[in-house]
Amino acid sequence: MRPLVEEMIGGPAWLADLAMIAVQIGAIFAVIMASAIVLVYAERKVSAFMQMRIGPNRVGPWGILQTTADMLKLLSKEDIVPRAAERRVWALAPVLLFVPAVAAYAVLPLDAGLVFADLNIGIFYFVAISSQATLPFLMAGWASNNKYALLGGMRTVAQMISYEIPLVFSLLGVVMLTGSMKMSDIVGAQRDFWFILIQPAAFLVYVIAATAETNRTPFDLVEAESEIIAGPFTEYSGMRWSLFFLAEYANLVAVSAIAATVFLGGWQGPWLPGWLWFTAKVVMMIYVFMWFRWTFPRIRVDQLMSFGWKGLLPLALVNVVVTGIGIYIAQQWRG
Amino acid sequence: MASVAAFYLLAAVVLAAAAGVVFKRNLVHSALLLAVTFIGVAGLYILLAADFLAAVQLLVYNGAVAVIVVIGVMLTQKGDMKNSNPPNRMGRGLLVVVVLLAAGMLAAVLTTKWPVVAQPPPGETAGAIAGLLLGEFAIAFEAAAVLLLAAMIGAIILARGGENRGSHRT
Repeated sequence: MRPLVEEMIGGPAWLADLAMIAVQIGAIFAVIMASAIVLVYAERKVSAFMQMRIGPNRVGPWGILQTTADMLKLLSKEDIVPRAAERRVWALAPVLLFVPAVAAYAVLPLDAGLVFADLNIGIFYFVAISSQATLPFLMAGWASNNKYALLGGMRTVAQMISYEIPLVFSLLGVVMLTGSMKMSDIVGAQRDFWFILIQPAAFLVYVIAATAETNRTPFDLVEAESEIIAGPFTEYSGMRWSLFFLAEYANLVAVSAIAATVFLGGWQGPWLPGWLWFTAKVVMMIYVFMWFRWTFPRIRVDQLMSFGWKGLLPLALVNVVVTGIGIYIAQQWRG
Repeated sequence: MASVAAFYLLAAVVLAAAAGVVFKRNLVHSALLLAVTFIGVAGLYILLAADFLAAVQLLVYNGAVAVIVVIGVMLTQKGDMKNSNPPNRMGRGLLVVVVLLAAGMLAAVLTTKWPVVAQPPPGETAGAIAGLLLGEFAIAFEAAAVLLLAAMIGAIILARGGENRGSHRT
């Protein structure tokens, strides 16, 4: 594509570079928007399937235009700003929440050589960027000037910080095996077998911690409707509210893509082209996350904390130690 | 050229945010601006081709430290947050201290002979950092780990409180 762009613009090389970066960022946005549209519909249909209902079936064939109708509704809603809110912080929070969600896509390898930035610290970059989502939640909760929103914000912090640690440690096992944090190296190392086979515990920890990081049921205490209305989202409406959900779905796709890349062999697979394999794996992971959401009831705050610190973290640590011992033995074996 | 422009832009952001931390009247705003300062410093690390350090800066400072600071501020919330970070009357005296400090630092910066290397920065920094931390500085590294553990246990005991002081739970 690069030569094509160069020909079209015809200017100096840096102009073509700039255009290419704009195209790539645009592509990331397109992926997020398109997947959000599909996922809102999919979530409704999957939940209906789990609960033996039909789900949306009025707008278009099989209710396929349901998301479009939702979006029109959200766009045409009145923008309500609570009088007691800290206006600037309040308005900034959903936008800031969206930034790390988008930035995380920069290191996802969609196919051989198809990655926005194949950083040396790829997987660590993802971890660092996704940790940035905590503060906007807190901002939203505090600036709304609503006790339920503030409670939700506090819960977000407790939850995201607690589950970030097992998440990082679960990825560490794979990094130890490959000896690299580069995404293309991690995918390349899985040519013969997927890492889920030798890191099953890490995969388990990752999936649970990722569910908590994306604030989805059974870890949706942040927005637990029956306890604290909608947590930090309580005072938001219309497009501002939908930004929160856009970010949530963007995060869902991102953590699924990381799971597919790190544990399920990324874009590698026989016969079919790489991007198709990658998409299939991501879709499967998203389905698993949706499955969780409609299967498990929400856990309590104290259960959340004790499970994270006393269950997941020790398991992740043991996995790191066992992986280290395994690597040492394998090295001795080979001499 | 672009990196020079980026440096001045980032430096301006960092300095402006840091000034905001000091001068903002609302303590929560100060804490949030502190987070902006941290992000700006991470940007400066990226300009220096220290990508691993930049990610650590984001993860540790903005993902944890800034969050803890903001929470601490929020939990000590007063009725009126508008004026929770009031200036005190030591402005004049502080000005002298600040000028002296700035002069001292400037003198140090200007008189030091900065060594310049011609070779480009290493592309992969994580391995080198790991080698130093677990090799040459292994003892300091482990000592820091023990220190942090002690601090954590202390914090837990403080937070738990005594046996009979549990009447006021938050």
